[in-house]
Amino acid sequence: MNSKAGRIGLAVLAHIALVLAWYLFVRLGDVPKFVMPGPIPTLEALLAPNYSWWTNIAVTGTEIFGGYFLALAIGVALALAFTWSKTLEAFFMPLLVSLNMVPKVALGPLIIVWFKYGVLPNSIMAFSIAVFPILLTTARGLREIEPELLDLVRSLKGSRWQLFTKIQLPGALPYIFSGMKVGAILAVAGAIVGEFLGSDKGLGYLMLQVQVTLDTPAMFMAVLLITLMGMMLYGIVLALERLLVPKDARVA
Amino acid sequence: MPESFIHLAGVRKTYGEHLAISDVTFDVQAGELVALVGPSGCGKSTLLKILAGLHPHDGGEVHLGSPTHPFDPARDVGMVFQAPLLLKWRRILDNVLLPAEILGLKKKESLERARHLLELVGLAGYEAKYPYELSGGMQQRAAIARALVHDPKLVLMDEPFGALDALTREKMNLELLRIWKEAGKTIVFVTHGISEAVFLGTRVVVLTAGPARMADNFQVELPHPRTLDVKTQEKFGEYTRRVYRHLGME
Repeated sequence: MNSKAGRIGLAVLAHIALVLAWYLFVRLGDVPKFVMPGPIPTLEALLAPNYSWWTNIAVTGTEIFGGYFLALAIGVALALAFTWSKTLEAFFMPLLVSLNMVPKVALGPLIIVWFKYGVLPNSIMAFSIAVFPILLTTARGLREIEPELLDLVRSLKGSRWQLFTKIQLPGALPYIFSGMKVGAILAVAGAIVGEFLGSDKGLGYLMLQVQVTLDTPAMFMAVLLITLMGMMLYGIVLALERLLVPKDARVA
Repeated sequence: MPESFIHLAGVRKTYGEHLAISDVTFDVQAGELVALVGPSGCGKSTLLKILAGLHPHDGGEVHLGSPTHPFDPARDVGMVFQAPLLLKWRRILDNVLLPAEILGLKKKESLERARHLLELVGLAGYEAKYPYELSGGMQQRAAIARALVHDPKLVLMDEPFGALDALTREKMNLELLRIWKEAGKTIVFVTHGISEAVFLGTRVVVLTAGPARMADNFQVELPHPRTLDVKTQEKFGEYTRRVYRHLGME
């Protein structure tokens, strides 16, 4: 089973097997619904009239994607600024490595104090947790570019913009994507933690609400939807990487 | 007013306390292939960077261009390095086109020129390949085509064949002579290979190390077109011995 189709088949099979095992475990083990609902009650939770799934999905999605794209833009821009000035890099880089050590989740209560609660602070949460891997891997990617290539462009009196678009950005792209993949997973976690800490909308908020009434199927559904959103973001990143980075240049 | 294409007089370069180049003086006529030979770390590459306009010099005179061969510092430099340094994400043809893109040259003409140059360096049919699909020698050929695509008057080569195996290197030397003849460029070729310098150069400039000082500068009077037979000639031996002597190896 080494062919591509074979491997995809196995992957699909594994997922189906998990759902089946879940179903059988709940069914044969006679597990109460409020402890662990089976796949069907979980799906039925979507029909519950007053959970406003769509609104909550939209809110959480906005937080994840908003925070993530902000992290991408700022992470890449900062890393690029470091290549322009060695002093700037020597000053800020160690600081950023230290800041990276701060458990971003611990900043949650502070962010709520500063920005109230809602979509903005939760986006900032997602941003703060996703920006570091993107920034650090991009900086590394930019550092790995051979200095002679920069000389080549400079000898032709190329502009800084040309240097960026023709050499630095495509050269660092494999690294940027590797940071983006890590960041995608973290951004989802950041947004949800933000919602746990303080919010009035979103899937994380909904989970806290239904927890009180022990509506476990709805909690399962919320986790499932959050996971699907994370997979979507990750999938977009992966597809873009396939599109933009030649196979031999990719960084795992 | 100097009539030479390159005029260097008493060129000096320091990096902080470190004196990298001290008093380098030589002239190059348009169309010459000058081999700069010397031990590693003797400032050859620094000199090349000064010629490329990448580093300022600290003393002496650097003059490029002559009334008959005016020199535009942005347009008239082509560079080849020890590593091919092709962009992994671009196909060979697009790699060759890079300088033309940076200079904003007309697309159609550049494309035609790039195809012609790939033919010249023996890479016709490889336009759509990615660099990793080519051997080291072939990648370096593509790098040479890239250095020529914007039709520069001066091509600077920094140990371009240093990373190749001996056999490929010999082959590339012959190729370079052919390309030089057909393209009609002035080439400054940095190497630490003494026989390579004598074999390629119409003129050999010998630099000694730490700091770079010019030890010798002589015309190589070996006939063109040169073939490997040249290496068996007595004159070839005399020239190489002359370089060896300067580098303290005899």
